[in-house]
Amino acid sequence: MPKFGLMKGNEAIAEAALRAGCRAYFGYPITPQNEIPSYMAANMGLHGGAFVQAESEVAAINMVYGAAGAGVRTMTSSSSPGISLKQEGLSYIACAEVPCVIVNMMRSGPGLGGILPAQGDYFQATKGGGHGDYRLMVLAPSTVQEAVDLTYTSFALADKYRNPVMILGDGLLGQMMEPVTLPEPISDLPSKPWATTGCQGGTPRIINSLYIEADAMETRLHHLYRKYSQMQREEVRFELYQTQDAEVLITAYGSTARIAKTAVDRARSNGIPVGLFRPITLYPFPTEQLHGICTHVERVLCVEMSMGQMVEDVRLAVNGACPVQFFGRAGGAVPSPSEITAQIESMWAEVNAQKEVNR
Amino acid sequence: MNTATANINSLTDKPFHYCPGCTHGIAHRLVAEALDEMDLRGKAIGIASVGCSVFAYEYFNCDMQQAAHGRAPAVATGIKRVLPDRFVFTYQGDGDLASIGTSEVVHAANRGENITVVFINNAVYGMTGGQMAPTTLLGQNTTTTPMGRDRLVHGYPLPLSEMLAALPGVGYLARVSLHSPARVRQAKVAMSKAFSCQIQRKGFSLVEILSTCPTNWGLDPVSALRFVEDKMTKQFPLQVFKDFDQEVNE
Repeated sequence: MPKFGLMKGNEAIAEAALRAGCRAYFGYPITPQNEIPSYMAANMGLHGGAFVQAESEVAAINMVYGAAGAGVRTMTSSSSPGISLKQEGLSYIACAEVPCVIVNMMRSGPGLGGILPAQGDYFQATKGGGHGDYRLMVLAPSTVQEAVDLTYTSFALADKYRNPVMILGDGLLGQMMEPVTLPEPISDLPSKPWATTGCQGGTPRIINSLYIEADAMETRLHHLYRKYSQMQREEVRFELYQTQDAEVLITAYGSTARIAKTAVDRARSNGIPVGLFRPITLYPFPTEQLHGICTHVERVLCVEMSMGQMVEDVRLAVNGACPVQFFGRAGGAVPSPSEITAQIESMWAEVNAQKEVNR
Repeated sequence: MNTATANINSLTDKPFHYCPGCTHGIAHRLVAEALDEMDLRGKAIGIASVGCSVFAYEYFNCDMQQAAHGRAPAVATGIKRVLPDRFVFTYQGDGDLASIGTSEVVHAANRGENITVVFINNAVYGMTGGQMAPTTLLGQNTTTTPMGRDRLVHGYPLPLSEMLAALPGVGYLARVSLHSPARVRQAKVAMSKAFSCQIQRKGFSLVEILSTCPTNWGLDPVSALRFVEDKMTKQFPLQVFKDFDQEVNE
């Protein structure tokens, strides 16, 4: 495999995972992510790793739980309806503190929905998804190169926090081809003395999420939430684009953000001071960083391929500093640059009208 | 009689929480004795399931991973695929394995996963308070079949071992019982055979153990043993379904 080449998003993620030391993959077919299990089936064996096409999404995530519990860097991938089926396993994995990586190439929903790209799983990804008090770390790439880089990083983050990490993309990112530079295969992997690999002469280890006594369960939750606080302090990632003098600010993530970038460029060429704030970590969300910018912008527009999900976190972050509006296309429809530009122009007109009133 | 009280390395000192007359304790002991005798404790990873045996990770003195309801064979698959030279076993009840976990056990067996499943069949959901299990006998009263299990309403007792016996990925499969000392000894032989099957990489192995639940059956311990012998073995005949080193069908 050349270090540089033109790759499809799904295949690039699979190759990046292998280079990050992923040596176990368990999955189940679902569109639009099928290139990931196919790539793993063809290549995992060359690295001496394990590939199993599971009988169900439920089995796949539990195979992840087992292999990752045995200390091996492990991944699964799916798309929206399949990710719903994995939520039970993710809840157990989060409580039992087993590091692993989950790729969700989102399609439209609810229900069986459609196979076209969407961002309707934001709530599910960032608010826990399964039962109980827990969070996934959620990374949202917007280019194939960034998908490679974040996949590579996600295994290190999963190990650092002993927490499941989700790569949240969509059908656009998974299916598009772009030039990528691949990272060097990792050589040093962290040791995992907690892993259940057979205790040999030592003390037996237990991987568990059962805490039948209230005090013990509450202690466990405080432990988990200390990790989430540390993520908030140390792992927040975001991109600023043309925000220095922006009076109108777009917030968008993933594929939508690259469309928004085009809209920003077009509006700028018409003289409108608009910028883009792109969260890269959706959990932990860049709350403070977004709030800091919003103290000197007049309007925020959140653009998503959903009926409005991240906009709730945007409103919490902005916290009344300025008005927040939402524009979304959903169900598999993708917002066009001109649609977003029209929204920007309309907001800029409102900002100017307000300036007139204030004058 | 020394062997009955001998120290078992593969069990911890933690007292069992099981009800008086429940045979889970004997089943644990059989697993642990086989681990000791075959020197497997240090390379063993056990999967605890959901139900009365959920605390198995506190009793087996080896590395343990606790699994969601019914998912133990999938978890075991994940472990065994990345650590093929370790010994991996699950310990599951009838609700866990034969109801919510049918998919996982059937497909693990069909892939011929080199894992061992210990399947406790006591014809009832124990931990949740005595509801109908897939293995509940026709006419048996449970909290969700208060008038007795009716085939027209609740279907039939599920013959899981008979179903798995049809799969070529299965290397060893036996149904045993714990209702008498002689049967306990037979169960021990089956356990050792199942473990050998995994060590020799002959495919999936499973030991179904007919077990008692005096509490939820509403019987005293001795009557519960008699219920296993008189009623359960009629519905679930004791036999070796598959044996990797000899074609047996007795």
